[in-house]
Amino acid sequence: MTAVAARELRDGEIVFVGIGLPNLACNLARATHAPGLVLIYESGAVGALPERLPVSIGDPSLVTGSLMVTGMADIFQLFLQGGRIEVGFLGGAQIDRYGNINTTVVGDYAHPRVRLPGSGGAAEIATHARRTLIISRLSTRAFPAQVDFITSPGNRSHGRTRREWGMPGAGPVKVITDRGVLEASPDDGEMELAAVYPDMTQEDVTSRVGWPLRVRENLGTVAPPTAEELRLLREVLDPGKLYLKGG
Amino acid sequence: MRDAIARYVHDGDTVVIEGFTHLICFAAGHEIIRQGRRDLVLCRLTPDLILDQLIAAGCARKLVFSWAGNPGVGSLHAFRRAVEKGTPPLEIEEYSHFGMVARFSAGAARLPFWPLRDYQGTDIPAANPLIRQVSCPYTGESLATVPALNPDVTIVHAQRADAEGNTQIWGLLGVQKEAAFASKHVIVVVEELVDTSVVRADPNRTLIPGMIVDAVVVEPWGAHPSYAQGHYDRDNDFYLSWENISREPAAVERYLDTYVMGVENRAGYLALQPELESRLAASPRICAGVSYGY
Repeated sequence: MTAVAARELRDGEIVFVGIGLPNLACNLARATHAPGLVLIYESGAVGALPERLPVSIGDPSLVTGSLMVTGMADIFQLFLQGGRIEVGFLGGAQIDRYGNINTTVVGDYAHPRVRLPGSGGAAEIATHARRTLIISRLSTRAFPAQVDFITSPGNRSHGRTRREWGMPGAGPVKVITDRGVLEASPDDGEMELAAVYPDMTQEDVTSRVGWPLRVRENLGTVAPPTAEELRLLREVLDPGKLYLKGG
Repeated sequence: MRDAIARYVHDGDTVVIEGFTHLICFAAGHEIIRQGRRDLVLCRLTPDLILDQLIAAGCARKLVFSWAGNPGVGSLHAFRRAVEKGTPPLEIEEYSHFGMVARFSAGAARLPFWPLRDYQGTDIPAANPLIRQVSCPYTGESLATVPALNPDVTIVHAQRADAEGNTQIWGLLGVQKEAAFASKHVIVVVEELVDTSVVRADPNRTLIPGMIVDAVVVEPWGAHPSYAQGHYDRDNDFYLSWENISREPAAVERYLDTYVMGVENRAGYLALQPELESRLAASPRICAGVSYGY
């Protein structure tokens, strides 16, 4: 899943890196096909070249050797709201059919069953990045028809499209999971099953999604991770399995 | 530290301890717990372990924040207990990072609010009625607004300052400059006190000018278990262990009894952990200087 996500990044792109698996995927992309990837972290590091896997998005290794370190006001106002970010890369506890993400609460906001961390920079990344990638393990719990709380806006929410809401970025284009890859429909922004992993059937995906998932006619097969990608992930980037737990 | 907290942090105050992952002043947080402050309104983008400890110690009435997790690890369980079960009760007021940054920016500029293009289509404004909208007087565009945040006191940890509080920070800068300028009072806590000539030799590195600083405290390793670039690395083992400590109220109490209430000051805290230096001291990565000549 991480290797598949990394391939979505093109060499030279400017990517705003979220916490968790996106952090690992971006560093894998940089170590393989996209050495010129420009990593921007909300903590203020621009053009980071971490020599170790950052244990958080505020790790000191993001500073050492980076192109620029600036305050968070600049990161959000000049880089993100200023339209300089090409790719936003997010994870989430719940993701719905339009790619809306919940990282705030499970259950009711005032009396949550589970209190999650909240937005961080995710709401504005999802609003402003020119396109957004989402990475998450697939389960019915994580993929309900409707999220309990919209923290980060997807392609349609509260009955309006992103365009109608006036959001600058194109929104989530792909959801990369451990069983298949969903892609936003160009017509209505709903997530559709576009490809499955070689050892998976389309039912392995549709049965784990909380809405009737549309399946594309020309359903593709995800190219499995190469030996080199696995070696980099397991031996070089994340040998302590900080982020990798079967992903 | 004792004097600075006694003088500038009072029951019921709005208190900011900033620092994004980097330079989080645990030394000040622990002193606030030791002095038994109550009913504080604590504001921080990322509450981190320090506010989890202050919440567990019963110092907080309200938390104003944008991301409440244990960075790179998991949950802040004292925070979660307070929000999910009400033990202890805690009001929350929630933004995104951009929203919190914008609140400090407005506060620093002494404006009543700050506009931002954010929150459309999300449930965040429904959860926080202080996030509102304004219509742009030039284009008619609808923009989100957040109110200014002007804390009673902001506490900033830094690598160095002179005795007047001219404060130099390098590495991640977070929102410390805006938070300090927004605040009625500012306490600066430093790894190293330097002569003013050191500051004057490299003025571009000064983040906070002495004119807005009320107190300077020298407290080496005062940001542990967070980190100080060039001085010491994050104590990730402790961040990992907080996952288990914070799950159990009794374990949190034991931790606070030993490392906070059981010591008189930061020196006492460090004496309990003599291995920190060998485990976490930073290896040098010196940058070349520049010429300020003309």
